[in-house]
Amino acid sequence: MTIRADLTLTRSGHCTRADLTLPGRGVTALFGPSGAGKTTILRMLAGLERGAGSLQVNGECWQDDARGVFLPAHRRALGYVFQEASLFPHLDVRANLLFGYRRIPDQQRRIAPEAAIELLGIAPLLSRAPAQLSGGERQRVAIARALLTSPQLLLLDEPLSALDTRRKEEVLPWLERLNSELDMPVVYVTHSIDEVCRLADYLVLLEAGQVAASGPLADTLARLDLPAAFELEASTVLEGCVTAVDSHYQLATLRFAGGELKVGAGELQSGQTRRVRIHARDVSLARSAANDSSIVNRLPATITAIRPASQPGQVLVQLDAGGSLLLARITRLSLDTLQLAAGQQVWAQIKSVALL
Amino acid sequence: MLSPDDWSAIRLTLELASVTTLLLLAIGIPLAWWLARSRSWLARITAALVTMPLVLPPTVIGFYLLIAFGANGPFGQLTQVLGLGLLPFTFAGLVIASILYSLPFAIQPLQQAFRAIGARPLEVAATLRASPLDTFVHVVLPLARPGLITAAVMSFAHTVGEFGVVLMIGGNIPQETRVISVQIYDHVEALEYAQAHWLSAGMLVFSFAVLLALNLLNRREAAA
Repeated sequence: MTIRADLTLTRSGHCTRADLTLPGRGVTALFGPSGAGKTTILRMLAGLERGAGSLQVNGECWQDDARGVFLPAHRRALGYVFQEASLFPHLDVRANLLFGYRRIPDQQRRIAPEAAIELLGIAPLLSRAPAQLSGGERQRVAIARALLTSPQLLLLDEPLSALDTRRKEEVLPWLERLNSELDMPVVYVTHSIDEVCRLADYLVLLEAGQVAASGPLADTLARLDLPAAFELEASTVLEGCVTAVDSHYQLATLRFAGGELKVGAGELQSGQTRRVRIHARDVSLARSAANDSSIVNRLPATITAIRPASQPGQVLVQLDAGGSLLLARITRLSLDTLQLAAGQQVWAQIKSVALL
Repeated sequence: MLSPDDWSAIRLTLELASVTTLLLLAIGIPLAWWLARSRSWLARITAALVTMPLVLPPTVIGFYLLIAFGANGPFGQLTQVLGLGLLPFTFAGLVIASILYSLPFAIQPLQQAFRAIGARPLEVAATLRASPLDTFVHVVLPLARPGLITAAVMSFAHTVGEFGVVLMIGGNIPQETRVISVQIYDHVEALEYAQAHWLSAGMLVFSFAVLLALNLLNRREAAA
């Protein structure tokens, strides 16, 4: 179960090269600044753009130039959601949903219209025209429409970028649900690190048409050898289970490999699995447990690597907290004062934890 | 009021316009689609060629058609070999001339409508498993509906209004090539002004009604 792509496209002087091996399940995020080639890669995977090379999806060959194989887009078992909702204006929501569904053979239909309608919460919209929908509703219909072709691979091209924050929040939970309820590999293009941290299991970082790094989300975010463009947002993601909710202090306990974190209780309930994002700039280091600090979250960790940050006078420190990786951004002065070095035991003090 | 000859001219005109419109759509839709999508030199040259009837005097087109389809012309020899005889001064010849003469009135609205659709709906349809032909029938044509209507109406109306080409290649044969515009010309030549009035006023009202209807239709489509 893998997606193996080696595709190159040169357009008006810009070269985009996708040399990728992606897991055949879960959400892979293609992340990078504008013009990094994210959408181009997605379009090559879909066959909407013809790059040179080869592409295998879960054992099926979609393109192999050496053998002269190129499946046109309409022969690929994929779903594609475009950046702006692209519902057919001459069809109502129901006819839009069924457009692809009607075009696949019965035995390939793994997702029923009712299931997709329920999954994306669009039952009240079925007889409306696309023009009567809000941006968020349109995007949910577009996602359901893509799902109804029962794709082997779902490609999402910045499906939230045309939406304002409120509409984003309206669509994001449905995307998370999609991921947890359907066993379908998803490739998700975005330039929002928040969406990456929230949705992705696997991360591909792109810069200037090249793959800068790729790997499982937590490991890749914690890498120290990333291009400078990704360093400002340097942060790591931890996934844990809510083990307790303290109503008095309004804090919940999140247990993950390597320890526990306290996070704002909000509406969390015991037993839930949630992700948190920790910015490198919010992590400071101490040689001792520092029980006299107001910082709630202190984790014992081992320094695994140190690298100068691109900002002068600062360093990035990679930490291993019982198997979970963290990044800390500290000054070089602190590094020298505390005489920190790889292999040392330290306490990571985490000033803030963002629940995703 | 209207003589039997007038009625026969009206019937012939409507017949000619209907046949011409149907054939124009059949030829114009694929041709306009190709012109709207292709960036090749051949497409540019073809686009200029099919627009030429807009600027040429109808007599020029009629003259060359007469020569090409005449007994010694290349197409004339072809139609003779095929056993179709000679087309000038027949209804079939009139249809061919009308198609060429009204071609830009069909092609331009179609081409514009196809261009306005853009590439995105085609890509969406492809990702929803629709083959190119399927996409054309179920996405492109419905989206281009206002253009299709405009093309059909304009082809029809323009064919009804032609004169110069008809006179050159059709002549003036009752029941065969004598359309309304030629009939009016005959009436005027014979100083039958009352008869000419009836037909001319009819044409005037017809043209106005057609253009008004088209306008209203397009406005409703735009609002929808």
